[in-house]
Amino acid sequence: MNNNESGKFVYLSTIDSGSKVKVVKIDAGKGLNSRLAAMGLIPGSELTLIRNGNTGPFTINIKGVKVALGRAIAHKIQVQAV
Amino acid sequence: MTQNKKITVALAGNPNSGKSTVFNMLTGARQHVGNYPGVTVEKREGVCRYKDTRIDIIDLPGTYSLTAHSTEELVARDYLIDNPPDIVVHVIDASNLERNLFLATQLMELDIKLVLMFNMTDVAESKGLVFDIEQLSLLLEAPIVSGVGSKGIGKTELLDAIIEKADQPFTPRKSKVSYGIDIEKHIAALKEQLDNSFPELNEKYPSRWLALKLLEHDEQIWGLIGDEKIKAQADQSAAAIKKMFGDEADTIIADRRYGFVSGACQETIRTTVEARHDFSDKIDEIVTHRVLGIPIFLTMMFMVFTLTFLLGHYPMEWLEYFFGWSASAIASVWPAETLAPLRSLIIDGMIGGVGEVLVFLPNIILLFAAIAVLEGSGYMARAAFVVDRFMHKIGLHGKSFVPMLIGFGCSIPAIMGTRILENRRNRFTTIMVIPLMSCAARYTIYALIIPAFFSPLWRGPMFFIIYLIGIILAIISAKLLRSTLFKGETTPFVMELPPYRWVTMKAVTMHMWRMGWLYLKKAGTIILLASIIIWFASTYPSAPAEAVEGLSEHQAAQVDIQYSVMGRLGSFIEPAIKPLGFDWRIGTALIGASAAKEVFVSQLGVVFAIGDDTEEGTALREVLQSNYSALTAFCIMIFCLITAPCVATIAVVKQETNSWFWAIFQYAGLTVMAYVVTLVVYQTGSLFI
Repeated sequence: MNNNESGKFVYLSTIDSGSKVKVVKIDAGKGLNSRLAAMGLIPGSELTLIRNGNTGPFTINIKGVKVALGRAIAHKIQVQAV
Repeated sequence: MTQNKKITVALAGNPNSGKSTVFNMLTGARQHVGNYPGVTVEKREGVCRYKDTRIDIIDLPGTYSLTAHSTEELVARDYLIDNPPDIVVHVIDASNLERNLFLATQLMELDIKLVLMFNMTDVAESKGLVFDIEQLSLLLEAPIVSGVGSKGIGKTELLDAIIEKADQPFTPRKSKVSYGIDIEKHIAALKEQLDNSFPELNEKYPSRWLALKLLEHDEQIWGLIGDEKIKAQADQSAAAIKKMFGDEADTIIADRRYGFVSGACQETIRTTVEARHDFSDKIDEIVTHRVLGIPIFLTMMFMVFTLTFLLGHYPMEWLEYFFGWSASAIASVWPAETLAPLRSLIIDGMIGGVGEVLVFLPNIILLFAAIAVLEGSGYMARAAFVVDRFMHKIGLHGKSFVPMLIGFGCSIPAIMGTRILENRRNRFTTIMVIPLMSCAARYTIYALIIPAFFSPLWRGPMFFIIYLIGIILAIISAKLLRSTLFKGETTPFVMELPPYRWVTMKAVTMHMWRMGWLYLKKAGTIILLASIIIWFASTYPSAPAEAVEGLSEHQAAQVDIQYSVMGRLGSFIEPAIKPLGFDWRIGTALIGASAAKEVFVSQLGVVFAIGDDTEEGTALREVLQSNYSALTAFCIMIFCLITAPCVATIAVVKQETNSWFWAIFQYAGLTVMAYVVTLVVYQTGSLFI
């Protein structure tokens, strides 16, 4: 059902540093999904991309906490501009 | 004094919530460090006496959640279920209430008596956060105590709250996380099934919690329940939830928990000042900078090493002096003729052997102090971040670098330090390559050989080359292991970057003391035992009287060792090590080095019949120079760098991997690698020299 809307959604890995976005979907597999959830990363949560690491790790601010994410994960998180 | 009450308290909380500062505040120095059964997660316990009550405190591993996805979480959860404490104190970073309370929602569902400790309220205050504690306490149905663990603020309030809560009977919670009508329907249906079919499980686990875990498809709980019918029902419910909400059931459940938390926080937290650009962000811009990050990291590491070895040098000399003094003190009051073998066993075997290892204690303690500072200040997480890109390429994790760094000091604490890695494949690969990080004990071998064979100009670069060879081999081995035995995806990098904090002296000294004590225990057990065995093996069988007749004391010692088990072993392996440029004397020293690498030096002293005088180093260097070529000397260093780790390392690998297989695998693998590399170096070198 998301297919027709998917044009608006982009991967976290493609957005610019400093953007504030809302998480739409996380496709990281069961174990990782729940690890991310424990850090506050669930669909609907808002985050600020502090730094797009390009080939290296990313830094985000989620619920007031700074978290480093590997690039591979940033590529599994769909976000939407707020 | 009468002690008529005894209660147990477990401390739960997120990593970086300052849980250990609260633990230290409550227990002081009365701590005991062990392991949780069957896993290598550190278990800290302590006792606190307050009023007429003895409070046993258990520090649970720091977790963000209570799922079955990480060892720490499982350990914390199992502990709470299997040994329900009287009270659980949830330590919360008050400046990050929302994220921290996510764990609280799960603790509530376990039906335990909960006390919330809002820690680091000073940080929260500086961020301009104001809480309505009373209201929050009502909403969360748990007493809330504010304090600052690192400054000892809030200790009595916390203890009073614990005692008061312990005296009250347990009352079921009135408000729970509500998962919404649709999900609650599924929970209720599952709960009913569980209540009817598994009354025995319900004694241990709250059935609502079990139902939720089934919906989340929690692997541990899934395995616990034999009944397929109820699992099928849970699967159906989870599928229905997914269809309705478009996300997996566990994601929806997490979402509702956050919803509960943010509902509670909404009305009770105010921000008085607008969040300004954080001080931590400013530092991060520099230390995790794309270009500057790596040089800053290398400078930090260089400083750690300089500090460790420069400052450690003096106490090390004092210890050396102390052991030398005790040996000669015993020697002077114990005549050489009385019980000569026992005298030698104590002086040469035990004091000599253990002393050689204990002199590194200052270095190890300083290294851990430096690591405690890096860790406590928050820089360690940034360092892992900076090196992750590179570590990822060789199939390791950014965090693997910490234990590898410790490896330059000593493999034993380094291997214990791999506990910070959650993924088994990453952890085992790191353990396997750690001995290639040249430890301080091997430094003594290079320090003997390099000045003997290389001109002053070349000495610095030679040291560097040796260390570099170790690092390169570690990289190659890690890559190889990760693409064969430990094949699989690298755990994705997810790590909190905690705000920078000042490190308290107390935290550093506690950490130093703990690691130093572990090292001392090792020296007192395994290394002592190994020293005794080595002493016997290099003393017996002794040479027949006629063989040593008329020889000087030193020459007699040389003949003696040729007759001993050690000497015979050395001669026995000589044909095998000849292609490496080694003779039986080096062979004997190498066998000795398997107890502790530094033994190589003292053992060479014995086979070349150099006395235990102060000029040992110089005299031994001259003998080596006249007996071996520079190529052989280089090969000795290469071989010692790579070869089989010492006995203590083998023991600790066995302990940490929980299997002899990996300990033996590493031993054999490194020995083969040492042999092959040295063979190639020696044979190629011989063509040119």
